[in-house]
Amino acid sequence: MLSKRLIACLDVRNGCVVKGVNFEGLRNAGDPAALARRYNQEGIDEVVVLDVTATLEGRRAFEATIRAVSSELFIPLTVGGGIRTEADAAAAIDAGADKVGVNSAALADPTLLTRLSARYGSQAIIVAIDAKRADGRFQVFSRSGSTPTPRDAVEWAVEAESRGAGEVLLTSIDRDGTRAGFDCELTAAVSTAVSIPVIASGGAGTFDHFTRVFQVGRADAALAASVFHYSEHAVAELKQHLREGGIPVRC
Amino acid sequence: MIALIDYGAGNLTSVRKGFAAVGAELYTPTTPRDLEKSRGIVVPGVGNFAATAALHGPWTDAIRIAVGSGAPLLGICLGLQWLFEGSDEAPEVAGLGVIKGTCSRLPQNDGIKVPHVGWNSLRVPRKSWLLEGVAENAQVYFTHSYAAPVTSETAATCEHGAIFAAAIESGNIFGVQFHPEKSSEPGLRILRNFVRATQR
Repeated sequence: MLSKRLIACLDVRNGCVVKGVNFEGLRNAGDPAALARRYNQEGIDEVVVLDVTATLEGRRAFEATIRAVSSELFIPLTVGGGIRTEADAAAAIDAGADKVGVNSAALADPTLLTRLSARYGSQAIIVAIDAKRADGRFQVFSRSGSTPTPRDAVEWAVEAESRGAGEVLLTSIDRDGTRAGFDCELTAAVSTAVSIPVIASGGAGTFDHFTRVFQVGRADAALAASVFHYSEHAVAELKQHLREGGIPVRC
Repeated sequence: MIALIDYGAGNLTSVRKGFAAVGAELYTPTTPRDLEKSRGIVVPGVGNFAATAALHGPWTDAIRIAVGSGAPLLGICLGLQWLFEGSDEAPEVAGLGVIKGTCSRLPQNDGIKVPHVGWNSLRVPRKSWLLEGVAENAQVYFTHSYAAPVTSETAATCEHGAIFAAAIESGNIFGVQFHPEKSSEPGLRILRNFVRATQR
C-alpha cells in the first residue's frame, strides 16, 4: 500500500535554516545540510528546501546549499522559492533537486508549468499554492503570502494539474507557524478535486494534527518544519503514532 | 565503465549521484559507438513514453549489440517500460521489445490517485541478482502513471490500483519501475547489485 509521506521543510535564508510565524519574524534554526542528514537518519520520506527570501544576490549561495543538502540524501529533494524562469529551475535541478516548486511565477504565467513539465516531466514540477480563508472560499496569495490574487485555491490546483504540475504543495497562510493544526477543510477540498498528490502544509503542532490531515484532510503527504526541527526522534515517534492510528507510513 | 544513456528524458544528476554512492562512475556516451567499451548500460528516463523515440535507430542497435555480447542493461522508470514492446501512452513508438507485453495506464479506482507517487512496498516472489539483500515489503520511491504487466521476467511486484511489475530480471536484462537513486538503503543496495552484475 502506498505510504503517506512525511516531508521536512527547511526554510533557508542566506545559507541558514530559519523558521517564521505567519511568514514573518524569522529565527535561526541551523545548518541545512546537517539538518537534512539528521532527518534522513530519522526516516523522513522527503525534504523540501525553500529559499524564503530568494534574493538575486543570494542565488549562488542557495545553489551551494542545494548541493550540500542533496549530496547527503537518497530520498526525493524539492527546491522552491524564487523559481521564476526555466533557467532558475534548471539551476536548482542541476544542483541536485529532484523536483522544483513554483508559486508566484506560475500564477503570473501558468504556461511556465507546461514548459517545465515538458522539459523535466510532471513528476519534477510541484505547484506551490498559498491560500487563505476569505469570504467562505480559499483565496490564493502570491509573493510569499503578501499579495492577494483573484484566484481560488481549488480552481487553481485543477488548472495547474491540467497544465502539467505533478503535485500540489498546499499551504494554509492562516495556520502557517501557528501549531494550531493543518487546515483539513482546505486540504480535502483541493485533494478531492485533483488526481495528483496533495502535500498539506501549515499548522503542524501535534502528532494528532498529522493523523487528522491524512484522515479528514485526505492529504497524500504532510509537510512541517518546527515539529521536526526542535525535537529529536520526532520523525520516528510520529510514524509510530500514525501507524497505531492505522495510517500507512514507511518504516 | 558503465554507460548512462542521456536521451533528454529528464535530469540525470540523482542517478549519477546514486551510482557514485556505491562506488561506480558513470559515463555518458556521446555516440552509439561509445557503447562498445561499456561494461554495463543504464537507461533512465522520466516523462512520456514518446521520449524513448530518441533511442530509435543507432542507439537501439548499439544497445542490442552490447546486451547481446553480455553487457548488463538496467532500465529505470521509463527505462524499464522501454524494455517492453511498447506502451499505451504512445502506441506509435516501439520499445526495445526484449520483454513481451505492453505498458498501460494504472487504473484510477476509488480513492486511488494516478500518478502513483511515493513510497510503496515490494513483493519479491523469487530470488534475483538485482534484489539480493532487499527484503520482502521493502519500501521504494515510485513516480509514474503507466506500468508494465507482470510476466515471467518479473522479479518484484507492487500494487497501486493494480498489481504491476516493479522490477524485472531476465539474464543480463534488468529493470526497475521505481527510482533506486531516491529509495534510500534498499535503492542503493539495488544499484550496488547491478554494479556487481557488471563485474561478473
